[in-house]
Order: sequence, then C-alpha cells, then structure tokens
Amino acid sequence: MANKLIVAPAPHVQTSQSTAHIMRDVVIALMPALVVSTIVFGFDVLRVTALSVAACVVFEFLIQKYVVRGPLTISNWSAVVTGVLLAFNLPASIPWWIVLIGAFVAIAIAKMTFGGLGKNPFNPALVGRVFLLVAYPVQMTTWPLPVNGGAFDALSGATPLAAVKHGLAGPDALGVQDLLLGNMPGSMGEVAALALLVGFVYLLWRRVITWHIPVTILVTMALFAFVVALCKGESGAMLWQLPLFHVLAGGAILGSVFMATDYSTSPMTVKGGVIFAVGIGIITMLIRLWGAYPEGMSFAILLMNACVPLINKYVKPKRFGVK
Amino acid sequence: MKTFPMGGVHPSENKLSSAKAIEVLPLPEVVNIPLAQHIGAPAVAKVAKGDKVLTGQLIAEAGSFMSANIHSPISGTVTAVDMLPNGQGLRQMMITIKREGDDWAEGIDRSQTLVKECNLSAQEIIARIKAAGIVGMGGATFPTHVKLSIPAGKKAECVIINGVECEPYLTSDHRMMLEHGEELVVGVTIVMKAVGVEKAYIGIENNKPDAIAHLQKIVASYPGIEVVPLKVRYPQGGEKQLIAAVTGRQVPPPPALPIDVGAVVCNASTTYAVYQAVQKGMPLIQRVVTITGKNLREPKNLLTRMGTPVSALIAAAGGLPENTGKVINGGPMMGRAMVNLESPVTKGCSGITVLSDHDARRHVASQCIKCAKCVAACPMGLEPYYLSKMTQKKNWDEVEARMITSCIECGCCQSTCPAYLPLLDWIRLGKQTTMGRIRARAAAAAPKK
Repeated sequence: MANKLIVAPAPHVQTSQSTAHIMRDVVIALMPALVVSTIVFGFDVLRVTALSVAACVVFEFLIQKYVVRGPLTISNWSAVVTGVLLAFNLPASIPWWIVLIGAFVAIAIAKMTFGGLGKNPFNPALVGRVFLLVAYPVQMTTWPLPVNGGAFDALSGATPLAAVKHGLAGPDALGVQDLLLGNMPGSMGEVAALALLVGFVYLLWRRVITWHIPVTILVTMALFAFVVALCKGESGAMLWQLPLFHVLAGGAILGSVFMATDYSTSPMTVKGGVIFAVGIGIITMLIRLWGAYPEGMSFAILLMNACVPLINKYVKPKRFGVK
Repeated sequence: MKTFPMGGVHPSENKLSSAKAIEVLPLPEVVNIPLAQHIGAPAVAKVAKGDKVLTGQLIAEAGSFMSANIHSPISGTVTAVDMLPNGQGLRQMMITIKREGDDWAEGIDRSQTLVKECNLSAQEIIARIKAAGIVGMGGATFPTHVKLSIPAGKKAECVIINGVECEPYLTSDHRMMLEHGEELVVGVTIVMKAVGVEKAYIGIENNKPDAIAHLQKIVASYPGIEVVPLKVRYPQGGEKQLIAAVTGRQVPPPPALPIDVGAVVCNASTTYAVYQAVQKGMPLIQRVVTITGKNLREPKNLLTRMGTPVSALIAAAGGLPENTGKVINGGPMMGRAMVNLESPVTKGCSGITVLSDHDARRHVASQCIKCAKCVAACPMGLEPYYLSKMTQKKNWDEVEARMITSCIECGCCQSTCPAYLPLLDWIRLGKQTTMGRIRARAAAAAPKK
C-alpha cells in the first residue's frame, strides 16, 4: 500500500457540490413552478417542457460529438436547465416546431458557439426566447387562458402586463392571490410567483445562489414603480399596488431568480452583481412603462449581460488589508 | 462571535482525536534529523559520524540569524550525516542517531513542577528561545526568536496566541491547551515580556469549548490576558485572519508584516515550547503530533521525539489501513502529501492525516462555470479564477496588478470549486513567478557596488 500513495499539492479536500449538483438543484428549484403551471394551463405545459429539454440536450450532444468534438458535457445538467427555462418563457400553446427552433438558437448559437457552459456571454434560454419573440411574434404572444378560465377572463388572451399597458385594466384588476398563484395568462413558467419563490428559497438553502441579484432587481423595480406612481400624483392604495403588480406580474421573479443569476452571464463580485441587478430593474421598468413591449425582463437581462465583462473588469472585490 | 472579515470556508471538521489525551510515543531506535526544518538558512551540523550525543544536546547550530538550533532528541551515537529522502522524497541533509538509553544533557528540568516566576530581561528571554531552537510549530516554522525581535522603528501592541487549529482533523494544539494550560499561560506572559506588551489574546475557535473554558479559568488570575472565542471558519488560524478576527485590524498587503499593525502572533504549542525553554531549559526536541484519519483504528495525540519516523506513529495508531490513498504531513487543507513514510517528524509537524483512496483522489476537472464561489471564498479578497487563468496565459503584469502575492495558499478557492479546477496549483506557480520578478526588479534597481 505504502508504495502506491497519491501525491498532489494541497488542498486535499474538495467540495461535494459539483457543477452537475448545482445544475440539478436549479432544475429541482424549477419543479414547483412546473407543477403549478401544469395545473393552470394543463398538460400542454409538460409536453412543451419535455420537448424543449430533449431538444436542448440532443442539440448539445450532437454539436459536441460531431462539430466541436470535445468532451461530452451533457451529464452536467446545464442543457436541461436551459431547456426548462426556455420552455418557461413560452406560451403553453406554442407549436412544437417553434420550440425546436428556440432550443437550437439557445444551444447552438447562444451557448456552444462561445465554447459551451461558462463561456457564453448571454443567457442561452433568453437568447432563444427573444429570437422567437422577434421571429414569431404572433405565436409568441398568443396566450392560452388558464384551464379554469382564469381571474382575468374579461381580457382573454392578454397578459396582465399587456392589459395594463394598453389601458384595458388597472394594476389592481388582479388580486394579490391570483398574482401569487398564477391564475392568469402568460408564459408557462412565469405565472406562478409563489412557486418560483419556493424555488428561490431552495436555491438559497442549497447555496447555489445568493440573494443579492434577485432581491436587488425586485427592490429596484418596486422603487421605480413607486416613484412613477408618486410622480403621476397617485395616492393611497395605488402607491403600493403598482410596485406590487410589477414585481409579481410577468417574468420579474422568473427572470431575477433563475435567469439573472445565471453564473456565466452575471458578475463575479457581490458589488458587481448589485450594479448589474439595478441595471436590470431600471431597464425592465423603462421598457414596461414606455417601451414597445409590455414585458422588458428578457431584454433587460440580455442588455446587462453585455455589460458583465466591463463590470468584471472594473469592479474588484474588496482586498484584504487595502483601505 | 468574532471572525475574520471576508471569505473562508467550513470543511467537515473531523476532529476524531479531540477527546484523546496525549500519549507518550515509545522512544524510536533511530532518528533522522534534517538540518533544514525551519524557514531560513539550514543549521550547521556540530557532530560527526561516531560522536556520542545526549538527549537535548546541541547537534546543529543556527546557520544565520534567520535559522534555528537543533538538539538531539535521544541519546546515542551519530551513525551518519548524509543526504536522505524527506517526506516528499527530496534528498536533504540529515543527522542520523542510533539510540542508546535515554541520557539527558545537563541543565534540563524534566519535572512537571510549574515555574511561574520569570525575572529575565527581554533580551535574555529571546536568547534562551534562540538557544532552544524554537520555531513556529503551527506549520510555518518561522524561527521564534526572529519573530520576537521587534525591528527598530516598529512597536508591538499585543500578543495573539493562535489556538485556533482551523485545519480539519488536527487536535494537537487543542490537547496541548487542555493538558498544559497553566504552562501555556505562563508561556504567554513570557512572550509578552519578550516583546514588551501588556496585552495578550488567546484566539480559540468555539468548536473547542472545553479549551476555552479551561483557559478562561486560568487567565482570570493573569492580568492582561484574554481568551477570545472565535466562530469556526477556515482559515482563521492564518496569521492575518487571526489578527483581523481578534483586533479588527487588517495587515496591509506584502511586504507589510503583522508587526505593522502592532501584533505578534504565536502558536499555542510554540508558546508552550517557549515556557519549557525559558523556565525549564528544555530545547525543542519533542512535540505533540496528531495521528488521524477516518479509517485508522485509533486516532491519537502522541508526544513524539523529533526525528521519529512517521511510520512509527502510524503503527501506534493501528497501522496503515488497506484502502489508504494519501498520507499527509499536516491537515487536509494545507498539509503536504507524503511519499516516504520513513521520513522524520520535524518541528513543524502538527499532525499526520491518513485519507482513504476515495477521499484522496481529485475529481476530474471540467471547465469554469463562473460561479464566483472562489471569489466569495477567498479570505484575502482576490479573484482566484482570474489569477489562475492569467497565470496559464503567463500574463505576469496582470496577476501582479491583481495582487497575487497576497495569496496565503489556504486552498479555500480550490476546495470550493464545483468544476474541480486546480486553481491553487496555478496560483502558486503565478505567485512564485511574480515574487521572482519583484526580486529581480529590486536587484536591478539596487545601486551597483
């Protein structure tokens, strides 16, 4: 035995939290929202999600095997995460071939072209989603109603954000309960705010992410909405209803918890992460309130993704012993 | 509860031997004494083949101010002064002594009687410490008389005793504090006198509540000495981390030293050795070594004579388990993997950790996912992923600008990396290269004689 000792420099202990563990935890954290979404929109949700995941994994496998010819990394679960997140950004009624195109753009163009996991500058699922939104605007904004008709049936086919933007309803048209439980039209994964928050707590508990980015984004959005409400001369209930509506409706929670925290497309320091998150919050609100789209989360995250290398260059951690 | 300001990790503590009282390991038949078992110049051998030596007799003299004396740990005959492989398999000059009985040199008080009074001057204390060959016993092996000689223009404000023992598995300092608390505290008063301060802190992590309570009771009758319980967090035993945890002061980046914030840090076992040297005339010829590992039959704390082969400690703990993958001189975070188990225990050896093949194997590295866990874990506020990458690219200006020389090589980054990247392997290389470049620049800038 003594002549077969392993020799390596210290440290001699390594974490049990591998890349695959982390990615699997993200998938687990997304499961409550998948369940709620299935209850709200029916089995279409499972069909679209399964197709998206399968497509992402297969595309990554094929590219690694036949194009890159590098080591296979699909076992690290990151393609599964991209697949679920892409599906969560689609309406449940989306045609199957659009899902395939989205998965291809996400994996082949946004991820593998740059060298795969850890090297992509933009969040792959969001690139896929934004591509589809621009290329197939009709299919991407045809929202199926919740199977029980939804709390919003007077406005069939419009998401709450769109309804409010176009003046069809006020931000108080939906109760907090409906916003939390997702009883409204929208992308598959974004409607179930409460389920997403359960996932957030799970990710914090497993130390996959820290609270800084999600909380900063949501607080920035709420403050922004509060100031806008003040400037509009609102008073009373509207002062808190508008901020609450913007935080709970649309993709704010899905985006801030699961997409803005994507490791390779967010800054490496806490301070950098806060700057990044404030930027996302502000851009999102600018688009939501004054832009062409009712929802701005995807664009805001992608725009701030582009700033990450700059943030990493200039925002350094606080060094020990340096004032 | 106090702790250091940034980074750090909490690996499984695995303090298997913390309840095991110190046992005396039987005397070895043969010892090998390396002449370089401290930072600085190697000692110069004062004995030759065939010489008879007594236990505690000087056998090698400090080669310069930054060096340390070495004494014979046993009595017997010098059989060789030759190059022998050390724990890492590198050949090193060692004195080999074959034991004959256990006859001690004169002037060494081996009784257990506690001697509290010390009427020596600071210079006399430091001279005795130097004569006894004491070096930092936490692993760094910095000569203690050098550390206690405050450079002109600097002023010490407090002494900090390092009883943190943040390395997983190791318990030698813990047992030392429990079983020799009185002597340790007298040692603290001596160190305080040597550097001329009125205040001393003993930093202990709160996974050792018995040691904290024991020492608190003792220091109650010693004015100026305070026990500071610390939150369990690695690398709290790092000198700079400990100073920050206890005093809140951060030592500026190299070349600044702890004394620049008025602190003198001394390991608990070293402080006990100071007591032994100054009050009892005992040179540093033995120390407590933890022999530990999950698969060892009996992890222990052994009072071991220097020069004893590591294999003797392993035998005393029940022999090397079948599935052993790695034997580490030190703990699993900063210890050095050994190839040669016949190599000797030296002054800096606080423990021997035996890991199973399963625990010892590095996971296969994949690619960086930019999770930033290494940045969050770095207790020096560095960017390990970036330093590692820039070292691979040989971008020496960049690694220097990003303060690679501040790295304390604690291993937090590498142990926390989910992609299992060899971050510290690269950073060590980058740090050494950068320090070489800094030295070369200084040499080029120095006026030619």
